[in-house]
Amino acid sequence: MSEVILKVDNLKKHFPIKGGLLQKVVGHVKAVDGVSFEVKKGSTFGLVGESGCGKTTAGRTLLRLHENDGGSVIFDGKDIFALNQKELRDIRPEIQLIFQDPYSSLSPKMPVGEIIGEAVREHKLVPEKELRNYVMQIMRECGLQDHHIDRYPHEFSGGQRQRICIARAIALKPKVVVCDEPVSALDVSIQAQVINLLMDLQRDRGISYVFISHDLSVVEHISDEVGVMYLGNLVEKAPREEIFKNPMHPYTKALFSAIPTPDPTVKMNRIVLEGDIPSPAKPPAGCKFHTRCQSCMEICKVTRPEYKDYGNEHFVACHLYNKQ
Amino acid sequence: MFFNKTAEQKEAAKKMKEIVKSNKAIIKKFEDEKKRKNVPASEYQTAMKNPDNILEIDNLHTYFYTDMGVVRSVNGVNIEIPQGKTVALVGESGCGKSVTSMSVMKLIMGPSGQITNGAIRYNRASGPIDIVKTPISEMQHIRGNEISMIFQEPMTSLNPVFRIGAQIEEAIMLHRPDVPKSDLKAQTIKMLELVGIARAEGVYASFPHELSGGMRQRVMIAMSLCCNPKMIIADEPTTALDVTIQAQVLELLRDLKDKIDASILLITHDLGVVAEMADYVVVMYAGRVAEQGTAHEVFLNPKHPYTIGLIKSKPVVNQLVERLYSIPGAVPNPVNLPNHCYFKDRCDKCIAACNGAIPELKTLEGGHKVACHLYTQGGH
Repeated sequence: MSEVILKVDNLKKHFPIKGGLLQKVVGHVKAVDGVSFEVKKGSTFGLVGESGCGKTTAGRTLLRLHENDGGSVIFDGKDIFALNQKELRDIRPEIQLIFQDPYSSLSPKMPVGEIIGEAVREHKLVPEKELRNYVMQIMRECGLQDHHIDRYPHEFSGGQRQRICIARAIALKPKVVVCDEPVSALDVSIQAQVINLLMDLQRDRGISYVFISHDLSVVEHISDEVGVMYLGNLVEKAPREEIFKNPMHPYTKALFSAIPTPDPTVKMNRIVLEGDIPSPAKPPAGCKFHTRCQSCMEICKVTRPEYKDYGNEHFVACHLYNKQ
Repeated sequence: MFFNKTAEQKEAAKKMKEIVKSNKAIIKKFEDEKKRKNVPASEYQTAMKNPDNILEIDNLHTYFYTDMGVVRSVNGVNIEIPQGKTVALVGESGCGKSVTSMSVMKLIMGPSGQITNGAIRYNRASGPIDIVKTPISEMQHIRGNEISMIFQEPMTSLNPVFRIGAQIEEAIMLHRPDVPKSDLKAQTIKMLELVGIARAEGVYASFPHELSGGMRQRVMIAMSLCCNPKMIIADEPTTALDVTIQAQVLELLRDLKDKIDASILLITHDLGVVAEMADYVVVMYAGRVAEQGTAHEVFLNPKHPYTIGLIKSKPVVNQLVERLYSIPGAVPNPVNLPNHCYFKDRCDKCIAACNGAIPELKTLEGGHKVACHLYTQGGH
């Protein structure tokens, strides 16, 4: 179980900002600015953060849908960014992506069987003759009725569409699936169905997930390890029990305290963060969080805190704990 | 096979033509009613059931006459909103919660959408009125002025080509003729400061795209508050926002409610937000009320299997479960609703009575109401 399948080391992705008459590069949006984590085989790594913190870019870059600007991604012993086109194509089926919006990520002109089976045929994973049966089997596994194979996406509800997206990813027998907010667009009762499906598939097939979400309660439910991102950096990373019982970084604390609890008797001591997330094009100097931090010190405005292990695999980047 | 399909399609086309024809007649009746001029005030004046309520929605039916058939979006809803309280309307998408709120404002998109039955009694300072019968010319004085609305998506509800200041000023200019033109800017900036915008002068001169999501939602709230409304309808005010920003906006709404002593009708699908904000909760399912009561009652002692399922299916931080409970199946097709309990096919507590008539809302102890056959024979 403890075998590492995906190792992300100091991954960076900077988008250029172009300006002026000649469209010269005038700056960079540091969307992902040095992110490191590991995903163990058959486990789930949850990536949380507010919108604009770079979690989606991180997910896409580690699939090499964006070229990186530094750092490496080692998948199954191979550096993804060192592969040539041919090798990359061979590795694609093993690392798949599920998108957020099931309404815009399915082609409206393709029947479901074609959506799920297209990549399988392209990669010649099953013989052409067995393809249809294989697709039906995958559909059943994902909780879809197999006689719907010739229907089009508009005939399905949101939850069923997300099941189709999951089936499309699973059909390639991947080792890692990056789930980019797979349940955010769904209703609560449907959300639970999809989460249960993802967890069943993990149990049966031993898939590893990188689960990107802004919903902390969902992340807590599904993840084995959780990383919290803020402005392109991981500010804290720890195993699930550890991070939810003992959040260390002030941002994580504020994030956790902001989740509304469905229980009217609980009165929480909420830490309300002032202001908005700063622009990633001009991140603050020193610790990027210091503009909103309640325990900000002088050193925070100047020096960037080190990302260190404080025991129990609990990594934090904050000066508060640096003194000991 | 090919010929079969065309026969089927012919059948469907014929059926659709019939529906369109019958719809036309019904819609015309409602539209004629709407177009009448000089409706005497006595026609829409009414009396409140309980004078402490600001709004009473009584047996409201809002239907949409589409070419596929009649969609019964709101199908007999009763809600009471007491003065100065927050009532939350919860339910999944498509359950009719937004249509209910739009009916209150009389903003249902015609001609296909029509309020077909029921009353919405609003306790106006000059005497209670029935919004369903009130002519549009009179509604224009109520909308924004007395009942205002905060919409879900702040980016699409703000006009991208006008500055924030101009958009708020417009609302003040229209609804408060007593404010002199020279005071407009000062008034607008005061509103922006009220909703906690630090650099109000700067935001006054900005365009919507220059602001972040949280700021835009604050502007929307400022706009809805600028005429001192007695009632605010907040339609998913925090759904598009991040948790930390959501916390800010909820804090602000709670704060403001006490400051201006308004009542809030909060529409949301997030049970966490409801538990935090609401005094009373109404759970809707497929256009009908499944359960209603105080927030304490509904969350701590849910009765309807749908409410129980909804609460159980949401993962809660620091409460780990092995497997999430999930309600099987999906919401029934709104065109062909069954004639038994709408939740029957997804319910795990079905009894024989569930095959019978649609259950009515029944009052249990403490004002807790539930529409379920499990509780009709005085206990289960």
